Amino acid sequence: MNKKIMELDTVEVWDGNMAAAQAFRQADIDVVAAYPITPSTPTVENYAGFHANGFIDGEFVMVESEHAAMSACVGAAAAGGRVATATSSQGFALMIEVLYQASGMRLPITLMQVNRALAAPLNVNGDHSDMYLGRDSGWINICSFSPQEVYDMTLCSFKIGEHLDVRLPVIVNQDGFMCSHTAQNVNVLDDKTACDFVGAYKAVNSMLDFSKPVTHGVQTEENWHFEHKAKQHSALMGSTKVIDEVFAEFEQLTGRKYNRVETYKLEDAEVVIVALGTTYESAQIAADQMRNEGIKAGIIAPRVIRPFPLEELASALQNVKAIACMDRSAPGGTVGMLFNEVSGALFNTPARPVMSNIIYGLGGRDMTIAILCDIYRELDKDAKSGKRNGPLQRFVGVRGPELGFYNV
Amino acid sequence: MSNQKEIKNLKSFSTAAERFEGAHVLCPGCAHSIIVREILNATNDNLVVSAATGCLEVCTAIYPHTSWDCSWIHIGFENASTAVAGAESMHKALKRKGRLDPNQKDPKFVAFGGDGATYDIGFQWISGCFERGHDMMYVCLDNEVYANTGGQRSSSTPIGASATTSPAGSTSYGEKKNKKDMLAIMAAHGAPYVAQVAPNKWKDMVKKIQTGFATEGPVFINAMSACTTEWKFPMHKTVEASDLAVDSLVFPLYEIINGTELNITYRPKNVIPVRDYLAFQPRFKHLFKPQYEYIIDEWQKRVDAKWDYLQRREEARV
Repeated sequence: MNKKIMELDTVEVWDGNMAAAQAFRQADIDVVAAYPITPSTPTVENYAGFHANGFIDGEFVMVESEHAAMSACVGAAAAGGRVATATSSQGFALMIEVLYQASGMRLPITLMQVNRALAAPLNVNGDHSDMYLGRDSGWINICSFSPQEVYDMTLCSFKIGEHLDVRLPVIVNQDGFMCSHTAQNVNVLDDKTACDFVGAYKAVNSMLDFSKPVTHGVQTEENWHFEHKAKQHSALMGSTKVIDEVFAEFEQLTGRKYNRVETYKLEDAEVVIVALGTTYESAQIAADQMRNEGIKAGIIAPRVIRPFPLEELASALQNVKAIACMDRSAPGGTVGMLFNEVSGALFNTPARPVMSNIIYGLGGRDMTIAILCDIYRELDKDAKSGKRNGPLQRFVGVRGPELGFYNV
Repeated sequence: MSNQKEIKNLKSFSTAAERFEGAHVLCPGCAHSIIVREILNATNDNLVVSAATGCLEVCTAIYPHTSWDCSWIHIGFENASTAVAGAESMHKALKRKGRLDPNQKDPKFVAFGGDGATYDIGFQWISGCFERGHDMMYVCLDNEVYANTGGQRSSSTPIGASATTSPAGSTSYGEKKNKKDMLAIMAAHGAPYVAQVAPNKWKDMVKKIQTGFATEGPVFINAMSACTTEWKFPMHKTVEASDLAVDSLVFPLYEIINGTELNITYRPKNVIPVRDYLAFQPRFKHLFKPQYEYIIDEWQKRVDAKWDYLQRREEARV
């Protein structure tokens, strides 16, 4: 634990960036190497402020780019200590090369990713295109939907990634501005309780252990590369057990229960929205309104998108009649990720709900309760007729003539 | 402080305990291995070494083997400097927090990169590390070409060299641009110590490496690394090629302390013409056609002017 304690109230009013920075501080990180970018900048600025006021015992390295930030994180992690950084959008895109190297080298690092659209056109607002860009990078990928969840998931991320059965880096996502700059009540742990929950860092193959020199980042070609990637994937898939354990331990400590798949009024739901980020909260209001209109609306959100909770989603959606998978990322010439992956999850199961794909909210375009209600009403039509009543993929909230694709 | 090895003569030096094993797949005659051995053998300190993607990396860490009996990391092509800077930061943090063995002496942090990794793709990362002042040594193994990928030009490739992406042809004398002056750029960062070395002048080189290890802060070493494969001289003539490089003053050996204090550390007794240096290497053979002789003349003038400049800098102490 850092020597200097910060006195906190049990409930603080924090935005997502402050929640992330405070969790970083309490986790007693050994090296934070970072580079500022909107909207994650305040995470780094807040941390710099803690450092400047003596609350951080570790090193804080302001590097010259996000690529360098992740490069320094990899070097620091290989040297045997706790490491974290924060970024968004273009910065995340610049890091991509090193993200694959971090996971391939099995180095636990926490990356606070404040989700923002990828240019062009340049846009600083929230969508999930950066989240989707990293989905095959081999990192554990966790979503948080509010500042409270940012705080909670960030604390959990260290415990998950550093677990000896996992040893993988972890991305914690939050929506740019909608979460990162929106102050809400956050129930917080005192410094000691938070730090004890995260636990002491366990070094593995540390470069600072000179009794056992190690070589990190080797060359493998067709003779060994596949085995390395297979083991890496196995570790990522196996992390579900550890994630569940950490969530359970966190619930015991705080009473706040997290699941790899979160649901709202799903038990008897006939029409369901699949969504990530702050939309999960907005959709709850829409679902309640719909239920007043007699439509059995529910919501499901994969909190952990990697490893993808395919089995949990499939079993949760067996009794649903129509599903709209809402992707907040330009789909780049196909259906959205959530549509593809949720449909794939259901394919080998008895369930055959009517599936549709909504593309929405790009570049921070608001997703209103009214639009969410409209989506539920469309789903209700689909459910009642047992077939889709429009194209498979629809763009909602965009100006101009109605835009839809795929008519299978 | 650094724990320097006492080096009496070449024999004892060459038979010193190895932390860079002979088992690697660098080309026979490659100067990289000579340089790396000389650097690692110059100190008894614990070492944390990084390598950029390149010849050295792909030839020394082929799973399940490693040539490195020291802590070693490779991430990518451009970030060997930042990899070791990250490790150096972690060392600082863990030492401050009392999580390291108090009896353990501070290690030295060394990054190796080729000229492609240094002059080109890794330039920004090195600049960042030097601006931040990490306590590390960056060593450029300068063979003036992307040798690992088969001989493409870098911004260290000198004018007139034939490289695969700047080939000599019926209408071209090869590379059109002058080599970047990396040492001057790194000195301009205010680095406490930068030096140019050549493995054939091993005493000069070891002295500079030991000075580098004893220096606090970022140290830049540009090591001339004659490349039998891409410079196209016979593999048993690496030292001869290196001698021609330093004796022609194409690769002058000097150091700059704190960005201003320049010392020439080797003055050839008999300076040989640049033409002889070039004639030894088939990568320059087309320059000896009558229409390109002027390139050689211009090169000689540049070398003379640079030597004159270095001497004036040395004398002026600015």
